[in-house]
Amino acid sequence: MNSENKLARKKRITQNIAFGIFTAISYAIVALLFVILAFIVVKGIGVISWEFITAMPTNGMTEGGIFPAIVGTLCLVLASIIFAFPVGVFAAIYMTEYVKDGWIKKVIKQMTNNLAGVPSIVFGLFGMSLFVNKLGFGDSILAGGLTLGLLVLPVVIRTTEESLKAVDATFRQASLGLGATKWQTTSKVVLPIAFPNIITGLILSIGRVSGETAPILFTVAAYFLPKLPSSIFDQAMALPYHLYVIATSGTNIEKSRAMAYGTALILIIIVLISNLLANALRKYYGKKVKMN
Amino acid sequence: MLSGAATSVTVILIVFFLFIEGAGVFSRKPIDDGYLLAVNATNNVKTLQPSQIKDVFDKKITNWKQLGGEDRPIVLFRTSDITEYYTEEELGPNFEYFPEKINELIEKQPGIIAFFSDKYKAEKFSGKELDIDKIKVWEFLSGEEWFPTAQPIAQMGVKPLIYGTLWVSFGAILLALPIGLAAAIYLSEIAKKRTRSLLKPLIELLAGIPSVVYGFFGLVVIVPLIQSTFNLPVGETGLAGSVVLAIMALPTIITISEDAMRNTPRAMKEASLALGASKWQTIYKVVMPYSASGITAGAILGIGRAIGETMAVLMVTGNAAVIPNTLLAPVRTIPATIAAELGEAPNGGLHYEALFALGCILFLITFGINMLVELVTNRKAHKKH
Amino acid sequence: MHKIESRNVNFFYGETQALHDISLSMREHTVTALIGPSGCGKSTFLRLLNRMNDLIDNTRMEGSILIDQNDIYQRNTNVDDLRKNVGMVFQKPNPFPKTIYENVAYGLRVNGIEDKNIIEERVVTSIEQVALWDEVKDKLKKSAFELSGGQQQRLCIARALAIQPSVLLMDEPTSALDPISTSKIEDLIHELKKQYTIVIVTHNMQQAARVSDNTAFFYMGKLIECDKTKTIFTKPAIQQTEDYITGRFG
Repeated sequence: MNSENKLARKKRITQNIAFGIFTAISYAIVALLFVILAFIVVKGIGVISWEFITAMPTNGMTEGGIFPAIVGTLCLVLASIIFAFPVGVFAAIYMTEYVKDGWIKKVIKQMTNNLAGVPSIVFGLFGMSLFVNKLGFGDSILAGGLTLGLLVLPVVIRTTEESLKAVDATFRQASLGLGATKWQTTSKVVLPIAFPNIITGLILSIGRVSGETAPILFTVAAYFLPKLPSSIFDQAMALPYHLYVIATSGTNIEKSRAMAYGTALILIIIVLISNLLANALRKYYGKKVKMN
Repeated sequence: MLSGAATSVTVILIVFFLFIEGAGVFSRKPIDDGYLLAVNATNNVKTLQPSQIKDVFDKKITNWKQLGGEDRPIVLFRTSDITEYYTEEELGPNFEYFPEKINELIEKQPGIIAFFSDKYKAEKFSGKELDIDKIKVWEFLSGEEWFPTAQPIAQMGVKPLIYGTLWVSFGAILLALPIGLAAAIYLSEIAKKRTRSLLKPLIELLAGIPSVVYGFFGLVVIVPLIQSTFNLPVGETGLAGSVVLAIMALPTIITISEDAMRNTPRAMKEASLALGASKWQTIYKVVMPYSASGITAGAILGIGRAIGETMAVLMVTGNAAVIPNTLLAPVRTIPATIAAELGEAPNGGLHYEALFALGCILFLITFGINMLVELVTNRKAHKKH
Repeated sequence: MHKIESRNVNFFYGETQALHDISLSMREHTVTALIGPSGCGKSTFLRLLNRMNDLIDNTRMEGSILIDQNDIYQRNTNVDDLRKNVGMVFQKPNPFPKTIYENVAYGLRVNGIEDKNIIEERVVTSIEQVALWDEVKDKLKKSAFELSGGQQQRLCIARALAIQPSVLLMDEPTSALDPISTSKIEDLIHELKKQYTIVIVTHNMQQAARVSDNTAFFYMGKLIECDKTKTIFTKPAIQQTEDYITGRFG
């Protein structure tokens, strides 16, 4: 048995080859991630300066900074979260704490899934038709923020649902057993325990919103607007759209390349920070909740 | 309570607005508002198909005989052609005799077909206005040319866009599926627990990178690479789109297939190993068949993502609206078309509505894909006794 | 000469020691029952005999186990070949989601047998060996899940026999079955011991008494006593063993 026969040898070699390929591919994917990130960091890091972050774009967007785009993206994040966070959290509370299993729950779940699967450009069309035209908001932070808010609604709902479900049933029973009402139990016991995980969802949505381009194309984004928005009915520049513009259709694509790398880097930084932060939070509180 | 229905309401609103705007295109004639096509009163041709009109103005059809009329050569007339027939004095200093002269011209030329604004239509118009067929759903879907701003007649055929979308998406899945599966197998069956917990978040990070950044990366790295590798005139091709989309679809495929593989009961794997099967034999003879529906769901969902992706594709595929016969030529997808053209389409106009109709098609495709995934995963739940 | 021999085996799950200095030998064509309360290490020990514990991360084994005088934990041991020679039947019936025929043929195929005639012959013989032939001969192409639990377990035994092992490990093979199926499997064990060396883990004392020639009593990761089954059940040498088999604990 110790001396390897022909068949065993063949099996071992085939397996080694297959596993070798799989391992190599997996590491190649990770390497690809680093290549993309490193490429943008290396090319973009030289562009980043105090001026780049705080100045208006000048000279046909080939020089100056991206300040209005940063501010615009912040406004959009804020507007969409103010809308999506409460709605999403309440929707999730309703789903996990109040609706009984049955067809209503199924339908709502399915609809949430469907909404998550709607392509972002369709959100853009919808936002333009409803918010910009029908409701007359025009191209504005309000219209763009609402569109983006609807887009991240499923993300908020899902993460909140998960965190509510993760709360041990004994906490609810204990509270209800002491004579608390269902709403008291939810708001005073369940929500505080689930809160850190809900925040994770919030952070993820911020990352998602800051990177989306298609939904804001026709609802808010301004090609070039070297001033800051003064109300929610103003148009605004935004980082992802700005990157798209200077990468493909700026007045001088070659000259604005450097600006594009810089913008891409800022965008990546925002998205990465929110992802890493969400991961770290999840790990930290995941441990803490388990200890209880 | 109301918030519980938020997503359902949104979906319904999306459907409502998309379809209201999109359906508008089918109650319209594919000619710009305020323009008309006229022929000589004696011409016995009454209606023309949009594609016929295009062929006429492209000079592919040159005789009325080809359109069921008399044997007479077709004389094309656009407003700007007027100076070939009349001097500026004859038209008046402010073109006030313009309508009159057009009317006269149509009367004189039995073979004429004239395209002009109805503000130049004479009060006592003696020509015959051509009836143009409304855009039909079938023509919209099967038309082979997408030229929504063409004059005199807009060409609204979405076939090249649908083909472009499918080519790019399937190309992406063809690339991403084997790679994604390999990584999923590695993560779920081969990697040590610690390696896995290190690699998995990194791979998921790929999903977090904004699509516009992928597009930018594709534009400055992948496009030139493809151009030089295949020695092409331009690197903006369907292949570039497929490559970028493949990278973007990887996290979806990997996460879902890995989940499915990890759900393979331990007892199945142990039974196989206990019979002397190697780990690799166990993977492809037990784990893969067992998780086939999960893997399928991952692939379908990946296709769905790819079909709906806008910015990255817009930036790297070159956006030529022709039916592709190779991935090495520029193609244009439905989402990219919407993104590129809606900004220039006047609100409520024909073009605008056509783009919403494209949105409807996109919505229906992705909705169908979602349902398919639901079906596949439900079947799996059923199978697990 | 011993068929299986374990010498001073220690086994660890991470920091926890699950087996302490186990030395135990089994002769060819005998049935050895491993008994003891749950968590005593009997299953862990059984799974060492075909290196099934290799699959669990962060485990460590000390000492040596010999089958046919070969140390199966040597570096150059081919684990696939070992497992081909040491068949295993699990606690719950675990047929593959394949046809009845393919379930039995699986082990042959993965071990490189491609000749259809040989496969067919072995499949039929193995199913006959477990007295299942009359029940399934007309539905060999049907899914194995259509069989009852007892039939499934016999199918799993047939699957293990098809690759002609010399040792058969059974990990509580009847714990998920009804009494009638259980007795069929026990009859089968009697039959099989003529050709195979069988090691069976069971928590059912009567079963151990009925089917085995030797019985080993495990407690808290230690081998307390091992002797002829008759001796263990009539006059065990150690008080703990007596307490357990008379039901005073466990």
